[in-house]
Parts: sequence; structure tokens; C-alpha cells
Amino acid sequence: MGAFLARRLAGVIPVIFGVSIVIFMLIQLAPGDAATVLLGPQASEAAKIELRHTLGLDQPLVSQYVVWLARTLSGNFGTSIATQLPVATLVVPRFLNTLILTFGSLVLAVAIGYAIGLFAGLRSHSLFDRLSMSLALLAGSAPPFWLGLILVLLFAIQLRWLPVSGMQDMAGNGGWLDVLHHLVLPSVTTALGPAAIMARIVRSSVIEALGRSHVRVARAKGLSRATLIRRHVILNALPPIVTITGLQLGYLLGGALLTEVVFAWPGLGALLYDSITARDLPVIQATTLLIALAFVLANIAVDLINAALDPRLREA
Amino acid sequence: MSTLDTSTSIDAARADRGSSRARFWRMKSFARDRGAVVSATLLAAVVLAVVLAPTLAGVGPDDADNLARYAPMGTAGHLLGTDQQGRDMLARLLFGGRVSLLIGVVPTVIAGMIGLGLGLMAGYWRGLVDQIIMRCLDVVFAFPMVLLAIAIAGSMRPGVLTEVIAITVVLIPYFARLARTATEGIVPMPFIEAARAAGGTRLTIMLRYVLPNVFSPVVVYATTLMGLMIVVGSGLSFIGLGVQPPTADWGAMVAEGRVVLRRAPHVTILPGCAILLVSLAFNFLGDGIRDALDPRTIRR
Repeated sequence: MGAFLARRLAGVIPVIFGVSIVIFMLIQLAPGDAATVLLGPQASEAAKIELRHTLGLDQPLVSQYVVWLARTLSGNFGTSIATQLPVATLVVPRFLNTLILTFGSLVLAVAIGYAIGLFAGLRSHSLFDRLSMSLALLAGSAPPFWLGLILVLLFAIQLRWLPVSGMQDMAGNGGWLDVLHHLVLPSVTTALGPAAIMARIVRSSVIEALGRSHVRVARAKGLSRATLIRRHVILNALPPIVTITGLQLGYLLGGALLTEVVFAWPGLGALLYDSITARDLPVIQATTLLIALAFVLANIAVDLINAALDPRLREA
Repeated sequence: MSTLDTSTSIDAARADRGSSRARFWRMKSFARDRGAVVSATLLAAVVLAVVLAPTLAGVGPDDADNLARYAPMGTAGHLLGTDQQGRDMLARLLFGGRVSLLIGVVPTVIAGMIGLGLGLMAGYWRGLVDQIIMRCLDVVFAFPMVLLAIAIAGSMRPGVLTEVIAITVVLIPYFARLARTATEGIVPMPFIEAARAAGGTRLTIMLRYVLPNVFSPVVVYATTLMGLMIVVGSGLSFIGLGVQPPTADWGAMVAEGRVVLRRAPHVTILPGCAILLVSLAFNFLGDGIRDALDPRTIRR
């Protein structure tokens, strides 16, 4: 297992290197001169010349990249154009909030997707199966940001059960319960799409597992249905499901970014939105880098779980 | 469904070699798939409607009727109501659909072609070319798709072209990986060896014998991806990276409606329904084409 982890980590280094190049190149995409982009349109000519010199913008692209990489590796993401604060101080607390939302959504997506998929798969072609699969198709095709607004309309504006937006009540400090209360709508919004896809895959995975010969043998030798499902069906349907959950992580993270905008959830997605509106490129770069790194690490975690579940994968 | 799973498209297309008789059965199988036929008809109707937008709408998408602001659905003269500026919702949906469909379809087609080319080269030439192409694609795969599209579009000047470029870039790797896997399956086949023995050059073999066999999985995949890309594209427009006001596409219309969600919910609900309907139709259509190409799924 240790060797597997080491191999996986070694393989990821060139990828992270490539990711850093892509993020560095974002600034080349921006229209206009980089110094103006970084300092904002109000900056004086002298300040621009100074910045061009300190950032080495008069140097060739490769040496610019090396300087940028060294700076970024030491945790210095530059200064935000909009707020004039160091980017790191803006990004880090936001990152925690995004993790809360993403983790909450992941738990929900897995719980909803697995439960529905399992029931639908065990009773395939029943009314529940057909109904839930049609709903899954709808939820999987709907734009998540719009779904969020529809949920707000229903549960926050019409029924007044849940808050419209934010992460905490403005007035008092409600603590964890308050955060959870605010988390319901954003996490359901983010979770529905991935949950729908998971439900479909879990369903077919379960149906396939039910048809395997060892399950028939177990049934023939008189195992109760509950034990059969617990010991033979669920366990055998699991590895593809974990992989699919891993694949949905990207969809989930991407969806969370837009959900944060809809619900004014103070995470990286909302920060990304604000910095795009303000053309605040250093913040865009830092946010993108952090989310991409988290995504890469999450994928490694998925591989480790898979390898733990299926020893054959450790050899590959 | 909007998963990015490529294996089924390849399986389906492997089966897609054969006589005109087989083609007839495939057409028949597709025609029996009610979901796919309804979807194809619906999509054709939507395309026709947005093309004929000026005739169907009667009013311009930006013409504000100040006396009829916030009109609900079913108001005389405004079948689907008006928004907060008194602009006709039907007209805006029809004209907005032009942009939304374009953003869903054009990047998918361009990325499909570029990805097909890259995948062919990687799968056919192998070695260093393969290594370089695949390692570059790995880097793009390291980003969640929507994040990279937002980052690219957010760094450029907002507009339709920006959206098209951003979505194209993030899609290329998915097509390239699919085309590479399909190419790898074709190259060891006897008819390729025969072509080589007959003195065909590498380029001829690649274009005349490998390409046609790799083409259909890419088409199947592209159809399913178009639904997802309508959703992703409208997401980019929703956060203001696409068309700029007063022009609107469906994503931007949802963003505009959000401001008046309490007072006039139809301004938000309608464009979202349009996105949902079209994306659903593309998903059904993609499933239908895939099933029609795959003899194992022929039923009834």
C-alpha cells in the first residue's frame, strides 16, 4: 500500500507542474498589459514600471514563470487588486468554507444516490424504480444554479423554512446549528446532479451484481435476502461505485462554485466570481490553483480507497 | 446521461461496421426508441423556432414596454409575460436560444474535431507523440471542468467568443482520450495490416482506414456532451462571462430573473426550463443514437 501511494504521488508531480504553467499562463490571456491588469486601471505609470521590473515582466516568459513559481511556492500569491490585501489572507478562510459546502454536498450526494440506486436496483422495473430514475434524469440535466433558485423560491420564499442565502445569521451567533441550517439549500443544490448520476450507476451496478453466479449460489444454499444483499451484492457493487463517486468530485466542485454565487456562500466560488467581476487576476490565479490542488489530492484519496477495497488495483 | 464515461460510445461504435442492411436495422431501432424520436423532433422544433425568432416573436428581444413590466404568463400580447423592464419573455427566450444553442453546439463540434485529430495521432503513432499529447491532456484533467472554463473565460474579455474558446479548451481532452482508445482498438485489426501490406502510407492508412472507424464514437459522445455543454455554457453566462446586456442567452436571463425572484418568478423559471428541456433532449438523443449503433441493446 505504501509503495502504491508513493508511485501515485510521484506520478502527480508532473501534473501539478503542468497545472502551475496553465495558471501562470492565465495572465497572458488577459487583454492588455499585465502590469495594468495587476495594478488596476488607476495605477500610475511609475508604479507600473516598478511592478514590471519587480515581477520581471521585461524578462522572457520562461524566467517570468520561474520567478512566479518560486513566489507562489513560498506562499506568496501576490496582492489583490481590488482589496490591496495579500491574496493568501483572502483565500485561506474562504477555502475552509468551500470545504464545508463540498463535504456536505458529497455526503448528501452519496447518501441520496446510493439509497435510491440500491432500492431501485433491488426492485428494478417497479414503480419506485421508474419514478426515481425519471426524476434522476431530470435532476441530472437541470442547470444546478437554476435548481438552486427554484429551491430558494420554494423553501425560502414560499415556505420560509430555510434562509435565502449566506452562511450565518447576521444578528446573532447561532454556532454550528446555524451554519447547518444555512448549509441545507446550497448542499442539496450541489448534490442533486451528482446524486442523480450516482443513483443510475448504483442501480445498474446492483442489478449486475444480483445476476452473478456466486449470488445465485449463495441464494441456493439458503442465505437470507438481507444477508445476501449485505454480504454479496453491496460489497461486489462497491468498487465501480467508488470510482464513479471520484469522477463526480469534479462535477461536484464545479457545481459548488456556482452554488456559492447563488447562495452568497462565502467560499472560493463566490470569491472567484467577485474577482472575475473586479478583474482581480492574482485572486483568480490563487483560487484556481487551490481548487485544482484540492481536486488532485481528492483523486489520489479515491485511488487509495479503491486500492484498499480491491487488492488487484495495487499491482497496476 | 451527462456522465463523461466514454467506454459505451466506443462499444457502440465498434458494432457500427457493416452493410446497408445493418444500417436499415439501426435506423429502425432508432425509430422505435420513442424518447430519442421525441427528442430529435423537439430539438428540430427548437432550432426552427430560434431561426424564425424575428417572425415568431413579433417584438424585439430588447424592446421594453414600460407599461407592462412584470406581466405574468398568459397576459394578452405577452404570452409568456414580461420581465422587470417590460421586455417580452417569449422574444427573449427565442433570441436568447440562438446564443445558448450556439454555445452548446459549436465548442463541442470544434473540440470534437481537434480531439479526434489529437487522439488519432496519439493512438496511431504511439511513442513520444503519444506521451507528449497524453501528458498535456492529464494537466487539463487535473482541473474540474467548470473551474478551468471559468478561469479561462474570467481571464479574458467577456463575450460569446470567450465562452466558446473556454468550453472548447476544456472539452478537447475528453474527445482526444476517447479517440485514442478507439484508435488503439482499430490499429491491430487485419484490414489495417492488409492496407499496410498493400503499400499504403501511414497518412493514407490513418485517414482512409482508421479515421472512419473512430469517427462514430466521437459523434455519439458529442451528442451526449452537447446537453451538458448547454448547461455549462449557461453557467458561464449566469456569472456574466458570456453575452453582455441587453443581449441575453438563457443563462444570463436566469441571472437577470434572480433579482426579481420574489416579484416575478417566471422570469427565472422560464429560461431554466428551456435549458433543462434542451439538455434533456440531447441526453435522450445521445442515448438513442448509442443504443441504435449497439446491436446488444436492440430490443422488442
